[in-house]
Amino acid sequence: MISQAVLTCFALALFAPFIHQLMRSHSGWVLAIFPASLFVHFLGYVPGVAAGETYREAMPWVETWGVYLSFYVDGLSLVFALLITGIGALIIFYTGGYLAGHPHQGRFYGFMLAFMGSMLGLVLADNLIALFVFWELTSVTSFLLIGFDHQRERARRAAIQALFVTAGGGLAMLAGFVMLGAATGTMEMSEILAGGSLSAHRLYMPILLLVLAGAFTKSAQVPFHFWLPNAMEAPTPVSAYLHSATMVKAGVYLLARMSPALGGTDLWATILPIFGGATLIYGTLLGLRQTDLKLMLAYTTVASLGLLVMLLGLGSEYALLAAALYLIAHSFFKGALFLVAGCVDHQTGTRETVRLGGLMRAMPITAFAALLAGLSMMGIPFFFGFLAKEVIYEATAYADNMWLLTTVAVVGNGLMFTIAALVAWGPFFGRRMETPKAPREGSLYLWLGPLALAVLGLAFGAYPHIPQDLFVTPVASAIAGYEVHHATFPTIPKMGLPLILSGVTVAFGLFIFLIAGWVRAFLNAAGQRMWGPDRGSDQFLAALDFLSRTLVGLLQTGRLRLYITVTLVVLAITLGVPIIAYGLFPSEISVPQAPFHVYGVLLLTVVGALALMFARSRLQAILSMGVTGISVALLFLLFGAPDLAYTQFMVETLSVVIIALVLLRLPVDTYDSRHILPSLRDAAIAGAVGVFFTVLLIAVTARPMDLTLTDYFAAHAYVSAHGRNIVNVILVDFRALDTLGEIVVVMVAGLAALALIKIRRGKLVPPGNGASPDDERGAS
Amino acid sequence: MEPLFAIVIGIMFAITVFLFLSRSFVRIVLGIFMLSNATHLLIFTAGRLTFESPPLIPYDQSVPIEAIANPLPQALILTAIVISFALFAFVLILTYRAYQELGTVDVDEMNASEPRAAASEEAAE
Repeated sequence: MISQAVLTCFALALFAPFIHQLMRSHSGWVLAIFPASLFVHFLGYVPGVAAGETYREAMPWVETWGVYLSFYVDGLSLVFALLITGIGALIIFYTGGYLAGHPHQGRFYGFMLAFMGSMLGLVLADNLIALFVFWELTSVTSFLLIGFDHQRERARRAAIQALFVTAGGGLAMLAGFVMLGAATGTMEMSEILAGGSLSAHRLYMPILLLVLAGAFTKSAQVPFHFWLPNAMEAPTPVSAYLHSATMVKAGVYLLARMSPALGGTDLWATILPIFGGATLIYGTLLGLRQTDLKLMLAYTTVASLGLLVMLLGLGSEYALLAAALYLIAHSFFKGALFLVAGCVDHQTGTRETVRLGGLMRAMPITAFAALLAGLSMMGIPFFFGFLAKEVIYEATAYADNMWLLTTVAVVGNGLMFTIAALVAWGPFFGRRMETPKAPREGSLYLWLGPLALAVLGLAFGAYPHIPQDLFVTPVASAIAGYEVHHATFPTIPKMGLPLILSGVTVAFGLFIFLIAGWVRAFLNAAGQRMWGPDRGSDQFLAALDFLSRTLVGLLQTGRLRLYITVTLVVLAITLGVPIIAYGLFPSEISVPQAPFHVYGVLLLTVVGALALMFARSRLQAILSMGVTGISVALLFLLFGAPDLAYTQFMVETLSVVIIALVLLRLPVDTYDSRHILPSLRDAAIAGAVGVFFTVLLIAVTARPMDLTLTDYFAAHAYVSAHGRNIVNVILVDFRALDTLGEIVVVMVAGLAALALIKIRRGKLVPPGNGASPDDERGAS
Repeated sequence: MEPLFAIVIGIMFAITVFLFLSRSFVRIVLGIFMLSNATHLLIFTAGRLTFESPPLIPYDQSVPIEAIANPLPQALILTAIVISFALFAFVLILTYRAYQELGTVDVDEMNASEPRAAASEEAAE
């Protein structure tokens, strides 16, 4: 059933545009039925998974390489699947209102559903290769969705950048997976995880670094964070779905999934908190600088991902519980706030916070949703976000580097408080501002999604033991690899260090909120015109472009002779290097005893060949070709190959006839003047190739010959194939198919030659290039 | 006998390469002719030379009794001869047609497929 759930997403993606054509304005809720039913389907797993069960199913894919399309449901993948399908249903529904009337709305549904299938596959896959394929599929669908508005250059640039960064990281991850498979002997993650920690394996460090490269690029960790804010070029449903709730968490998912096998080491506990903590602070600071609602949210998403990575790096039970809590809470409030930002943009025509204010009266439902989601993000008691923050502080307060980690967490959360207030409070309260469009409440399509997510955040916060038992503990246990226990989360906050830290956070956040304008100005002044990875990636791509253009210009000059020269020089090197390296030059050449006429024929061959090389007229060329061909035929005859000789005689005669016919119409004596210097250079290349061939052949013939095949043919030619001419038997019996192929080649060549002759004269001449060769022929 | 053949074959390959590097396309076609002959002899020699004893089974025997020439390279060369003849004939006709259309067999002037680079090179000279 799991594989069907994933694969039907892709099937539906194909049909989505047609369903949209059929349903028109109703397509939003019609298409939302499917992810909603998937959500219900996955809900069915909840009781079992909460009780500690796992589900696995596999079907063969590329069995020879051990690749199975296998899926695995445990606490971690189930929560992700529920988020993907549940939020997915709301987003598809929301799209029905947000993109209403857009000419490519149907295509958008298709992309979204394809992404949903890829993301579901990613979190449910058990096989590493399958995981990688789904991983890259999310990169590709994300590329399509960011570049959905493909007529804007900024959207195209953001799409390419996102693909470049995430797919590149994915390739590094694939290398890590292959090593992981080699180290453990299996490609199934459930088996790898059951095998315990890999920290003692000698491939541990490369595996970890490569997997981290994949996870950090996908989850936008500093310094790979830059693609995520740029991805805000996508329509808002995409930002809400891919770039806050689901896809960017794929990296976090991967780290969480691999935690039992790769986690718990010093390396892990050093790299992850450093990168995560840096990303948390950096993301919130950059978020404060922004005035665009979506960009502010995007940077807090970067920061939240950093926080999650940091918690996974700590690895204690509290940290894992905090990560699980925050993962779910963040999906709710951030998804809701993104959708709210989309509503505001859609209804007022702007997302600039400085131009928004006092919308409460015009858009009460949206404002209510924003307020609930914002309070959860700020971490106010009775909201799910508060609970997450409490447990985060429990985790940092009892970690090794308590002071540093706690400070980072407090500052990050405080700044997030500020941004949440700016986003959720600023546009709706305070002084009423003029907006490009007169604001009014959006349709049901637009407010249902954010409201549902925001209310869920409150409900989970009010009844924390339900999500704790059903989702949080199973997720934390799956990450830890063992059963994680924690006292039941209290609804009413208890006094203690975490609560005090929460108070400090709120106070700090409020303080920054009050001086937000000043802080923004300061940060803008500090960050002005600073070189960053965003511009760096552009420069890197430009450099790559330049390099390839230079290389092509250097190699592909449009001069055939250069190509031939390069090819032949490479041939000479390929022949020469092993000869010199293995010292194959013969020490002495014995002049063999042979009848006098053999020397004569060999000499004739050389004379014919030399005459051809120096041919200055047609007659000389034709004659010397004939001499060379006939002497080769004679050599065949002398050394026991009458069949070859007969064929060669026939072919030679035909060749000479044809070339006599054609050569009469072609100039031979003109254009052959090479200057001395090029001539010498060409002769040097030619001499090298000739000498190397000679040396190689002498070295080869000096060694013993493997006659297995020859003996087989000789023994079976008469016994099995009833022929006394072994060569003929090989051709028409043992290798009959080859001979058939040979006949086909000859026939095709003949037909092609015929077609060439039959083409009407002058048809191929490009206009303005019509010098008539007839005149020249007459003159020559 | 093989070293002597190897020298002759080396000369033939050298001549092939020299013809390939010519400016005249007709000479490149002649090089193709030389290349196929040289290659046939190369395969023939690599399969070892046996003087005047074709790979035939006598009438009163079911297997050859005395040493015979290696039949396997012969079979391969037989196929190669025919195919290289087809190739040679086709290239020859192609050259003829190209000459008809372009009015030249100078490879430096036969650049209809990559004219941009050639034009810029002319400008440079």
